[in-house]
Amino acid sequence: MARVVLKDVVKIYPGDVKAVDHFNLDIADREFVVFVGPSGCGKSTTLRMVAGLEEISGGTITIGDRVVNDVPPKDRDIAMVFQNYALYPHMSVYKNMAFGLKLRKVPKAEIDRKVRHAAKVLGIEHLLERKPKALSGGQRQRVAVGRAIVRDPACFLFDEPLSNLDAKLRVETRAELKRLHLDLQTTTIYVTHDQEEAMTLGDRVVVMKDGVIQQCDPPLEIYRHPVNRFVASFVGTPPMNFFTGSIIQKDGSLFFDEGSQLLAVPDWAKDELQGKVGSPVVMGVRPEAFSDENAGRFKHKGNAFAARILVSEPLGDKMDVYLKTNSHPHVVARIDAHRGVEHDTDTTLYIDLSRVHYFEPGDLGANLALAAEKTARA
Amino acid sequence: MSTTEPNHLAIPTRPVRTAKNTVSVRRFFSTWVLHTVLVALSFALVLPFVWLLLTSVKTLEEVGVGSWLPGKGGWRWDNYIEVFRQIPFARYYVNSIFIACWVTFLQVFTSSLAAFAFSRLDWPGRDKVFVLYLSTMMLPGLVMMIPNYQIMISLGWVDRFTGLIVPAAFTAFGTFLLRQFMLSIPKALDEAAEIDGASKWRVYWDVILPMTRPGLITLAIFTFMGNYHSFFWPLVMLKSEFRYTLPIGLLYFDSTAGQETNLLMAAVAMSVIPMVIVFILLQKYLVKGIQLGAVKG
Repeated sequence: MARVVLKDVVKIYPGDVKAVDHFNLDIADREFVVFVGPSGCGKSTTLRMVAGLEEISGGTITIGDRVVNDVPPKDRDIAMVFQNYALYPHMSVYKNMAFGLKLRKVPKAEIDRKVRHAAKVLGIEHLLERKPKALSGGQRQRVAVGRAIVRDPACFLFDEPLSNLDAKLRVETRAELKRLHLDLQTTTIYVTHDQEEAMTLGDRVVVMKDGVIQQCDPPLEIYRHPVNRFVASFVGTPPMNFFTGSIIQKDGSLFFDEGSQLLAVPDWAKDELQGKVGSPVVMGVRPEAFSDENAGRFKHKGNAFAARILVSEPLGDKMDVYLKTNSHPHVVARIDAHRGVEHDTDTTLYIDLSRVHYFEPGDLGANLALAAEKTARA
Repeated sequence: MSTTEPNHLAIPTRPVRTAKNTVSVRRFFSTWVLHTVLVALSFALVLPFVWLLLTSVKTLEEVGVGSWLPGKGGWRWDNYIEVFRQIPFARYYVNSIFIACWVTFLQVFTSSLAAFAFSRLDWPGRDKVFVLYLSTMMLPGLVMMIPNYQIMISLGWVDRFTGLIVPAAFTAFGTFLLRQFMLSIPKALDEAAEIDGASKWRVYWDVILPMTRPGLITLAIFTFMGNYHSFFWPLVMLKSEFRYTLPIGLLYFDSTAGQETNLLMAAVAMSVIPMVIVFILLQKYLVKGIQLGAVKG
């Protein structure tokens, strides 16, 4: 178990391609940190630099109390689970798991005890004599995890370990990994492109884009208070709705002009948006912040949102309703499924104004009222 | 009510030629043609061998005369013993197998090491050096004969087994073959092994080499057969009779002093036994190896 610190880490590939740009992160001992982001955002590269599989172009990486920039992977006291499992096909499950210990000259009896214990924990005792090709995807994944945990390393590294599993197995294995981490309490860095995995597994989630950390916070913090539009759009299913419009002042009150209707600016955001009157602003509304009843937490002044219903997707007790306004053709609302909706009819939904966000225009537009959001929703 | 006409009024129609029928007819003929060609080819390959075996049990007078089968002289199995009486055949046998085994072992070992370096290790100019190495395959062996011989003289390896073994221990072909195999192995395996604590040598020995087994066996078969047959270089290099390999030793029966074809054939029949055994034992790997190399290369 160890603290892992990445300080100003840079990775530049030949041709001056910057894959990771001044990456700073302090991972506490026993913490589970998830790197998430779209393909090519540098999350796997960063993980591989921690593993020692990629040389770093600048900065320092510290595992425990030693800088490991020039330490080969085998001496970093880490274990890694690969996306394609990387099991040795010519070795049995037992030998796969024992290989690392054998190379470290651990006594045979100790190897046997550790391998059998790990196999028991993972429920793969009956598979020990099999070769990897005789295992299912889920079983291979367990063996790969088993190979990592027998070593009892200072840090676990997971590189998209669930992406080759089917949806059901992925959810099951995800829960097992979480349980395993609670049991073992080993510092873990986990890379995924699946935001749901990131949200459910991590103590902290690092959202990355173009080699740069966009936000690093606990999952709910990222969901509730995204620092910019990219983070807001990346986290949450269905994704957040963005309305491009402007802030206007009318009868002494502030409104967000959506283009076809006005929505009141809530009191908590007024101070931050006062200076934005007349400027373009993007309002972000999560699908869950819509309701078809102006009641409870959805009861606000000036929160009526008129739109035309295009399609609805029932999900059980909730339903996703796809809508359009004159200015925004793609809006999704997740509302209670207690009544049916008629397609191609006009409807009025109500927005929980305590949960909206205001961003600068652009893909990486900053959250204009982040501090106010946090205070208002504390 | 049915209005079908009585049977005797039905006009006999020709069977309809459907696409399915045409395909099966075509398949039937193509299979026949294929089998006929294959049988003919098999005969062409087997006949010389049958002739060899039959000639090996004839008297010298009967060779090349009349029937393929031995005549009134009977089946002369003694020819096989006579070979051992006239020349130190067992010695040549041991020499040939000794040299072929060493060359095979060394070639497979050096080629796999080189293939590992050319496929799994990153170093500047790797692919250029590989192309350069591969281009040595374009040079005909005879062109290299004189410079190689001069090197052997300077090393004092003429008329020694080392002169036959060491120059044959390195091969661009083997390196190419095994490199293609190794390229098809996922890089993540090396990385997993490195994190597990393996040095480059252990990655090669414990992970990559076992996974290249079909390729190693294919190369071993090619090398063993090629070297066991080798004629010209041993002829140039070997002076002492007790160091002769089989191809050189068998010249005794086909010299200007006289030709004993029946004994030559008996000796040849005995000399092919190791190759037949190697082939039978490792045939499945040979086919697998060639296919793998072809598909994954």
